[in-house]
Amino acid sequence: MSDIADGFATAARLVVSLDAELIEITLRSLYVTLSATAVASVIGLPLGAWLAITRFPGRRYVIAMLNALMGLPPVVVGLIVYIMLSRSGPFGVLGLLFTPTAMIIAQVIIITPLVASIAHQAMRELWADYHDLLISLHASRRQRIATLVWDGRRTLLTAQLAGFGRGIGEVGAIMIVGGNIDNATRVLTTAISLETGRGEFALALALGFILIGLAVVVNLCIHVLSRTEQGSRW
Amino acid sequence: MVNDHTILPLTLQEIMVKRRGKHILGPVSLTLQGTGISVVVGPNGGGKTTLLRAMHGLDRISAGHKAWAVSDAQAHVAQSFVFQAPIMMRRNVRDNIAYPLVLRGVNRRDARAAADVWAARVGLGSAVLRAATVLSGGEKQKLALARALVTAPQVLFLDEPCANLDGHATQEIEAILHAACADGTRIVMSTHDLGQARRLADEVLFVHAGQVVEILPAAAFFAGPASAQAAAFLNGDLVL
Ligand SMILES: Nc1ncnc2c1ncn2[C@@H]1O[C@H](COP(=O)(O)OP(=O)(O)O)[C@@H](O)[C@H]1O
Ligand SMILES: [Mg+2]
Repeated sequence: MSDIADGFATAARLVVSLDAELIEITLRSLYVTLSATAVASVIGLPLGAWLAITRFPGRRYVIAMLNALMGLPPVVVGLIVYIMLSRSGPFGVLGLLFTPTAMIIAQVIIITPLVASIAHQAMRELWADYHDLLISLHASRRQRIATLVWDGRRTLLTAQLAGFGRGIGEVGAIMIVGGNIDNATRVLTTAISLETGRGEFALALALGFILIGLAVVVNLCIHVLSRTEQGSRW
Repeated sequence: MVNDHTILPLTLQEIMVKRRGKHILGPVSLTLQGTGISVVVGPNGGGKTTLLRAMHGLDRISAGHKAWAVSDAQAHVAQSFVFQAPIMMRRNVRDNIAYPLVLRGVNRRDARAAADVWAARVGLGSAVLRAATVLSGGEKQKLALARALVTAPQVLFLDEPCANLDGHATQEIEAILHAACADGTRIVMSTHDLGQARRLADEVLFVHAGQVVEILPAAAFFAGPASAQAAAFLNGDLVL
């Protein structure tokens, strides 16, 4: 009980005093996961839309694969990315291991299947609704995808949110490929893990509250944004 | 948008439509030409929807031949289809109506201006900024009509446009159809409401069991159809 009370007190003190290290860690968390979410969206949203409206041999297997990839254990993703980026690996020359870029790559792999899968689900429902109209109007494939993406943008936002949520709280992969290096690759989750290991529960809790607060704030922001843009309910 | 060439007549020769390996329509041979309103009537499940969809090109025909007076591409941009359950895009009324124009490359501002004109014409002038999905059933069908007419089609197909609508909404829709017809749009619509068929039809197509059993001028059809099935249908008897 007193640990939790201490956690609150420390968190409050850190936030109020705009603790430099805390801000740096928080900004790095945001940088890594927002970048990963952006890349995952660029790949996952059109992929989901495309899978929803295109019929080709093996499509079912691609979708099954996507759903299976959603369940990838982050630790294993971290391991594979580590091997790829390590000095002796195929991409070793790039020198990316233990950099934020490596963490972004790992998170893109973790988030993209989730974003694509939710986008696919949403687009499939919308496509079922719109199918006859778009066929009747002879919309081209590009026009169909553009229409579905535009009219489904709220649900696609949900897909991005889910991706962001998965990324911001993820620790297994970024710990391995980032290394939790102070001033370089330490983010909220890896810092919490470190502080807990050291027995610094109060600081770990403080970081945890900030992590939760961050997730809530970002969700609220996007929610409000989509509200004002739309102006009315669908 | 308006074609220089008239796309009619539409000629169907022995066309058939299959669904999941089962014949559900045909063989049907007919010619659609002239002006006015053709009404497709017949018992439920007879093939009215399938016939309209096949004419418009929504359902693939499995056998036979379908031809407009012009190429399919030219014919297509001169037709519109209104579905039994109106399809509302998740946009406001104005952008729903403007959508077919935008697809055809009309710039957004002109398309929206045209949409506002049509919204006013169908009585949705004060609702242009409302979300289409929250409209009432009658308003949705009026929106669908405006969206179909905004491209100035030569031929307009409607599948039971007034199913599930109250008398007031039905009357408004029929007035819009009369006006479109007077503007020269050739209308082909299905209904299971014989009263509506009497009010609107210049020509009646009686469809039963996947066949177009007869095509007659409306007056002749209602005075005395040629087939026993149509007579039974007009009588309100079960059609076997
Ligand atoms: N998707 C479908 N799959 C299989 N059969 C269908 C499908 N849609 C319609 N049918 C069948 O085709 C026949 C004609 O249907 P339809 O054209 O909808 O008739 P109507 O519009 O006159 O009620 C019916 O027997 C119906 O059961
Ligand atoms: Mg029908």
